[in-house]
Amino acid sequence: MFRRQFLSLALAGTVAATLSAGLSAPVAAADDFIIVQSTTSTQNSGLFDHLLPIFTDKTGIEVRVVAVGTGQAIKNAANGDGDVLFVHARPAEEKFVAAGHGVKRHDVMYNDFVIVGPPSDPAGIAGSSDIVNALTKIASTKAPFASRGDDSGTNKAELRLWKDAGIDVGEASGDWYRETGSGMGATLNTGTGMGAYIMTDRATWIAFGNKGDYEIAVEGDNRMFNQYGIILVNAEKHPNVKSELGKSFVDWVISEDGQSAIANYKVDGQQLFFPNAPAGS
Amino acid sequence: MQDFGTTLAEAIGLILLADGDLIEIITLSLRVTLSAVIIACAIGLPFGALVGAFRFPGRAVVTVFLNALMGLPPVVVGLVVYLMLSAAGPLGPLRLLYTPTAMIIAQTILVTPIVAALTRQVIEDLQTEYSEQFASLGVGPLDRIAALLWDARYSLLTVALAGFGRAVAEVGAVIIVGGNINHVTRVMTTTIALETSKGNLELALALGVVLLAIAVIVNAAVMALRASAVRSAYA
Repeated sequence: MFRRQFLSLALAGTVAATLSAGLSAPVAAADDFIIVQSTTSTQNSGLFDHLLPIFTDKTGIEVRVVAVGTGQAIKNAANGDGDVLFVHARPAEEKFVAAGHGVKRHDVMYNDFVIVGPPSDPAGIAGSSDIVNALTKIASTKAPFASRGDDSGTNKAELRLWKDAGIDVGEASGDWYRETGSGMGATLNTGTGMGAYIMTDRATWIAFGNKGDYEIAVEGDNRMFNQYGIILVNAEKHPNVKSELGKSFVDWVISEDGQSAIANYKVDGQQLFFPNAPAGS
Repeated sequence: MQDFGTTLAEAIGLILLADGDLIEIITLSLRVTLSAVIIACAIGLPFGALVGAFRFPGRAVVTVFLNALMGLPPVVVGLVVYLMLSAAGPLGPLRLLYTPTAMIIAQTILVTPIVAALTRQVIEDLQTEYSEQFASLGVGPLDRIAALLWDARYSLLTVALAGFGRAVAEVGAVIIVGGNINHVTRVMTTTIALETSKGNLELALALGVVLLAIAVIVNAAVMALRASAVRSAYA
């Protein structure tokens, strides 16, 4: 009899205690935070670790970053799971705003994409600054190329460049064209492991810790420009959005203060992102 | 690439340094996983015992499903919990997405079938052994369950540890519903995934060694508890 009571008591007690311990935590935390849906490149390059403490010191607003591919970040924000969207795929961002999910899109900063490759340079493209020509050579020599294949901003930009070169990579998928279906870092780990060329944003590459003997093969083409934009999620569509807090973050990022903080972020003496928000916006 | 000896040294260095961020991450890992295991046991132990101790129509089907659910893919569980907790989902108003509570929910869903399925097997075996005694003493159904669970407690401890192992090593579900937010929902496994994606393979591996050390400590603590319980039972 005692055992039975003991067991049922223990059961009720543990469920209640555990749930309340788990549930009370978010309630107890300050509500002065926003969620920013962003991309792996901004997080992995260390930009947020540099930027966010400056903003939080100034305003007391905590910024929680969910770093996923641009495609997933946009979908999460379209579900209302974020207050601010900070990504790099302009056409998709404009569509997001046009669909009523976002208030307004602002240019924030840019960097550029580069193609990195092994020192053996099987496609003979090292030192080139013509991306279309380089991609054509990769395709004609069937040199391995590792693609994100995850609908991220980088993936979208890469596919646009293949289209410019008139190459249907879908046909080569699984052959020399290899879609990893993962983030930039995972794709760099995989690609360098298989001796493939990889397109990456310069910021992630500079901050990446597992470069091996890889070097930048193609850079400096205007078509490899990588623009980042920031959007406040629309509270009219998603009522739980913290418009005021979110807006103060957006305003700060495109303000003179925020822009110079972005310009000041350097890894190994190299500036990773170049602010270009229109002045006075 | 460095060798495992250097990695091990780095891992020990990480532990000895007791960096505040690392402590925070370890604490959250343990809090999420232990909460999930406790809730999973509170549900899975009695449920598994019921299925194990009694015959009822559809019992075989329930058993098959329980066993199959042990193989739930974490990413799928994460996705389902995300869709439930998303602002656009049915439980959106609770505002639980990207909190430790969301991670506890996801891991509870992963661990409960493991606890229930293994408990069912343990209790069923014991029930075969006890059934005549129960019948001759005229023991009621609830007392049977209680007696079976109590007498199987040491085996069930291992069941709980199996659930702990699954939860503490899991990354697919918690990274989706937690978002791997620094200082909020970043746990050991998501940190390892993040460092791997930054190309910091040595650090990632060292963190993996730390995670393994935590699992060893938890298991050793449970075994020590069990040993002292056994000693006092026969003292």
